[in-house]
Parts: sequence; structure tokens; C-alpha cells
Amino acid sequence: MTGTPGLPLWAELLVAFFLLLGSALTLLGAIGTLQFRTFYERVHAPTLGTTWGAGGILIASMLYFSVLQSRPVLHELLITAFVTVTTPVTLMLLARAALYRDRSEENEGVPAFDGLVGEPGKD
Amino acid sequence: MSPILVWAILVSQLLLVAAMACLTVRLIRGPRAQDRVLCFDALYVTAMLLLLTFGIRTGSMLYFEASLAMALVGFVSSVALAKFLMRGEVIE
Repeated sequence: MTGTPGLPLWAELLVAFFLLLGSALTLLGAIGTLQFRTFYERVHAPTLGTTWGAGGILIASMLYFSVLQSRPVLHELLITAFVTVTTPVTLMLLARAALYRDRSEENEGVPAFDGLVGEPGKD
Repeated sequence: MSPILVWAILVSQLLLVAAMACLTVRLIRGPRAQDRVLCFDALYVTAMLLLLTFGIRTGSMLYFEASLAMALVGFVSSVALAKFLMRGEVIE
């Protein structure tokens, strides 16, 4: 069990570790999405998968291809940057939309609009 | 490829598929539209990660291109859906 030619044992162990870390964290986030009660709790859970879940698997992929081709293969950084930049934007928009919908339907358990943000006549 | 890596990739793919199953249950069950959009967002990220593990398994770079395209298109569609929930239309 010495690994493929060009892929030493330490690299295989590291790739396996990061793969398992990333997928386990993604699964934890998905279980959280399934288990939490309200939407505002649920919106936090998938970020586990998009930060360290995606990070672990992307690090594993970068490491694997870099060691395999014995040159730095770093274009997975594109996906890393993209996912970590876009997920907060998406979830922020989604949470604001949900808050807007809850407020306009006057559901319970939603913080009231205190008129501090951009309301005309309250400068 | 040694058995360590083969098993690690297999287990990691199974975990990702289990994550997608959990998200699909919430997608079907989710009481309101925002839960479904949230699950859709998490689902495309998980599918993208699954494609990356397939890329490691086959040693092919082609899967990377597919997952990059998924990351790009998924972000735009989630933002469009969130905008639709907020305003009732996407482009005003």
C-alpha cells in the first residue's frame, strides 16, 4: 500500500482527511437544515457546507492534482472565492425576503420594524 | 490509486449523497417558499462538491469546469429567486 506513482502516502492521507472533513461538515449542515424548527434558524445551517465543507473538498482537489501533476494546480481557488463570496450575499437576500414576507403577513415571532432604516420623514 | 484514497472518496461521496437526501426531504417538506429556495441553494453547492469528488476519483480536469459552471449559474438563480420572493418580479 504505497500509493500510486507520483502520489506519496502523506499526500493520499491528507487528501483523504480533507475529503472526509469536507463531506462530513456538509452532511452536518444538511442535517441541521432538516432538523431546525424555524426558517431563521435553518438559514444558518447550510453555511457549514459552503464554508468548510466546500473548503475541505476544494483543498483536497487542489492537493491531489498538484501532487499528481507535480506543479501547482490552483484553479480550484476560483470556485472557493466564488462560493465564499456569493453564499453570504444569497442568504442575506433570502433572509431579508423572508423577513419582509413575514412582516407583511404579520406573523408571530418576527422583530417589529422600528423605522430606523430609510423610512421617509424620520431623519 | 491506493485503497485509502478509494475508500475515502467512496465514503465522502456517500456522505454528500446523504446530505443531498436530507436537503431534498426539506425541499419537499419545507413549509414556505423561502425554505425551498434555501434548500435549492444548498443542493447545488452539494452537487458541485459531488462533481469535484468525481473529478478526484477519475483524475480528470473536466469535472472542474462543470462544477465552476454550476457555481456561477447557481448563484445567479438563487439571487433571482430571492429577489422574486421579495418583490414579486425579478427584473423591475
